[in-house]
Amino acid sequence: MSDLTKLTISAARDALRKGDLTSVELTAACLTEIDAADALNAFVHKTPEIAMEQAKAADARQGADAPLLNGIPLGIKDLFCTKGVASQAGSRILEGFKPEYESTVTTQLFDAGAVMLGKLNMDEFAMGSSNETSTYGDAVNPWKVDDRALTPGGSSGGSASAVAADLCLGATGTDTGGSIRQPAAFTGITGIKPTYGRVSRWGIVAFASSLDQAGPMTKDVRDAAIMLQAMCGHDPKDSTSADLAVPDFEAALTGDIRGKTIGIPKEYHMEGIPAEIEKLWADGTAMLKDAGAKIVDITLPHTKYALPAYYVIAPAEASSNLARYDGVRFGHRAKLDAGDGITEMYEKTRAEGFGHEVQRRVMIGTYVLSAGFYDAYYNRARKVRTLIKQDFENVFAQGVDAILTPATPSAAFGLGDMTDADPVQMYLNDVFTVTVNLAGLPGIAVPAGLDRQGLPLGLQLIGRPWEEADLLNTAYSLERAAGFVAKPAKWW
Amino acid sequence: MLDLTYNSPKPKVIAGAKHDWELVIGLEVHAQVATKAKLFSGASTLFGSEPNSNVAFVDAGMPGMLPVINEACVAQAVRTGLGLKAQINLNSAFDRKNYFYPDLPQGYQISQLYHPIVGEGEVLVEMGNGMARLVRIERIHLEQDAGKSIHDMDPNMSFVDLNRTGVALMEIVSRPDIRGADEAAAFVLKLRQILRYLGTCDGNMQNGSMRADVNVSVCRPGDYERYQATQDFGELGTRCEIKNMNSTRFIQMAIDVEARRQIAILEDGGTITQETRLFDPDKNETRSMRSKEEAHDYRYFPDPDLLPLEIEQAWVDDIAATLPELPDAKKARFIAEFSLSDYDASVLTAEVANAAYFEQVANGRDGKLAANWVINELFGRLKKDDRDITDSPVTPDQLGKIVGLITKGDISGKIAKDLFEIVYTTGGDPEALVEERGMKQVTDTGAIETAVDAVIADNPDQVEKAKANPKLAGWFVGQVMKATGGKANPAVVNKLVVEKLGL
Repeated sequence: MSDLTKLTISAARDALRKGDLTSVELTAACLTEIDAADALNAFVHKTPEIAMEQAKAADARQGADAPLLNGIPLGIKDLFCTKGVASQAGSRILEGFKPEYESTVTTQLFDAGAVMLGKLNMDEFAMGSSNETSTYGDAVNPWKVDDRALTPGGSSGGSASAVAADLCLGATGTDTGGSIRQPAAFTGITGIKPTYGRVSRWGIVAFASSLDQAGPMTKDVRDAAIMLQAMCGHDPKDSTSADLAVPDFEAALTGDIRGKTIGIPKEYHMEGIPAEIEKLWADGTAMLKDAGAKIVDITLPHTKYALPAYYVIAPAEASSNLARYDGVRFGHRAKLDAGDGITEMYEKTRAEGFGHEVQRRVMIGTYVLSAGFYDAYYNRARKVRTLIKQDFENVFAQGVDAILTPATPSAAFGLGDMTDADPVQMYLNDVFTVTVNLAGLPGIAVPAGLDRQGLPLGLQLIGRPWEEADLLNTAYSLERAAGFVAKPAKWW
Repeated sequence: MLDLTYNSPKPKVIAGAKHDWELVIGLEVHAQVATKAKLFSGASTLFGSEPNSNVAFVDAGMPGMLPVINEACVAQAVRTGLGLKAQINLNSAFDRKNYFYPDLPQGYQISQLYHPIVGEGEVLVEMGNGMARLVRIERIHLEQDAGKSIHDMDPNMSFVDLNRTGVALMEIVSRPDIRGADEAAAFVLKLRQILRYLGTCDGNMQNGSMRADVNVSVCRPGDYERYQATQDFGELGTRCEIKNMNSTRFIQMAIDVEARRQIAILEDGGTITQETRLFDPDKNETRSMRSKEEAHDYRYFPDPDLLPLEIEQAWVDDIAATLPELPDAKKARFIAEFSLSDYDASVLTAEVANAAYFEQVANGRDGKLAANWVINELFGRLKKDDRDITDSPVTPDQLGKIVGLITKGDISGKIAKDLFEIVYTTGGDPEALVEERGMKQVTDTGAIETAVDAVIADNPDQVEKAKANPKLAGWFVGQVMKATGGKANPAVVNKLVVEKLGL
């Protein structure tokens, strides 16, 4: 029975359509696994009643014409607003908040027949790379070294942990600087951040609006293609959503990449990157070459400015996006003392409601937007962003179809390892992924091997804008060549 | 198009204890855009609804909600720009102005700091006696209104009404071209008139549909001319901004009192601090709200939820094609076409409904006479009943017929007033009424002559007196008019009386 949850979305879909399996059985199996996995702290709001109801409805409409994800049980990152269900963005400040509305992404998933098992842990307001800033406590990586609890990465740490531990068949994530791809790499699963504008942001709690994109986190590339298909599409409620047709992503998965050109950016050979990551990257390059792709060395000269620019732009937008959490209309409001006025209410509510990392970024963002500093920081960062975008445009104009890089500079690290470190050490986790957000490009992390401790490592492929189909196919080819099949030993 | 020519008025000079001073004034007028829905949400803009009943999720700043621009608001801003002969920017963008206040749920106002939708334009502000000030418009941008905080309903609690939150405003910013408190008030009224003609703002200042921030500074004679030559604000005095004025009377009072305050400081050897001030009409004083040092740092930056606003010239041209005749053009045409005085033309063009009414009355008739009847009789009567032109019981067609009957000589002016009153109170076709009620003026000389003869025959004593004192002819005229029930043509009567009495 418990093996059911190990199914991929595509395998479950086929079994459901054939009638070999019901969504009720599959959903019940997931709910059992979830209840037994509290040690992972992945699911923070469980919704078994909703899940069973949706599963029954899915079974009632099952068949060859059933929608794309009919009966498939998924986990939903806490950043998505789900109607009538707690949606806290991992923050104390949204304690008790149950939206009256359903995000566009979850609406589309439900329209495609998906089943919601519950809400998934994450870094507070998606700010973090280790899921340690969550008001719910750390999410834990199902992969372990000895007895050390490891981070599943962040900010979509709960999503990564849940998918890797087979608590659900897939999960939604969001990615502002690497929050889908880094946790996917840390847990040995696949995660794709689509082109900015491909997936509606409506109903997703905003972190940095010009960078945020939602995407699927799944057990393999085919599942990513299927789930992304359901999440994409133009949404008139999001002004930055692109009015473009969505191709059939799964149909694009031929595995044939002969004649494709893959760029290897020299600037990503960074100082201090472990040799085994360099080796993984070289192995991945060789695999793509063996599959018939042409490998070219490329240069993305402004790469080194990406992280600083990102840590100006993202906090700037966040400082403004998070101003609405003021205790006036919803969520947490601090208890006030006699004589306290509106200013005290704001200060106490926000001091109690926001954790330290969020406070740090709100302060950085406020600072870089201040009169007198705006040009030196925010405007300069925007210019850097334009240059980074141009770097990629130049490379694509030279005929490069995709770019291969490591997904992360290390394997998963221990929870608590970075507690006393300079926050910048944590920010370095995003060094390979932020450029993609700044340029608005699609990027996918695919598990490609294990490090010497036996922990998964991922590679990242970066694609041309709006060419997720082609990117997924290249990832599919890499996945087949890498043949990553390792699973964490169940300890929870 | 006809243009009227004007001279620029002299700036207002205020005599200080030591020197003469001149005023320099610039206005920022916030005009609520007349649309059904808000700037970035589908919620209604209806005034006077139940508190918090016209609020979309995005207006309330709910998590994950996103703004989507309302095309109708953009069209109205463009229409306003065209009406102010302004440059329309095909590329504009929205920025966030960040500050905390309970009636600002998002924690920022979406506005257009860096790239406004409308650029430079102008407003001609007539000051009477052939004088007018041409006030340059610097820009118009679109922005969201805030909600309303209510602090006086409960001793311990404040309440917030978000109905107004997110309603579209146009901020219309003038150059510092206004040189007196009366000019400032006239500028606001002229702007209001144009916006009402355009249908882009209802101009209701009481309901807050139009509010103004007034920037006031004083300078010595000659300074302003140097500023004009160089456009260097250093030539002018330091300004203070008086916030949120919603009456032209208060605007004038505030400017006067603020100018005197500044002059007193300067003549005492002090300096003016640039700051935001509030006008207190009860005490007739302005008070500091916050100084530049404690001013908010609004941390403006481009709103990442919205793409840059791009509009097409063809769309702008379509809007331009639907622009109505505007007050200046209409007034010039009325003067030329109907030989009206400047004053009458101003009165008739003050509101577009008045002008339309007048044009129907005057159509094919004596324009000056029509103007007199519309302004004096109709407006006077409506005012007495506190009625508006749009619910006048007398239609333009009816009033036009009355004017026509006068011109034809069918009725006298006096009878016409009676006829007007009948039409006003009970209705009916004026031409038919004149026939039915025998109100037609008697111009038949034979009939009048009979009446004159009868009066002379009946009053031999008066005839004798009149021969000695010709002024008494008027008495005979009066008697004849009485005898004919007022219907005799007074000119004919007068002529016959003089003849018959041999005066």
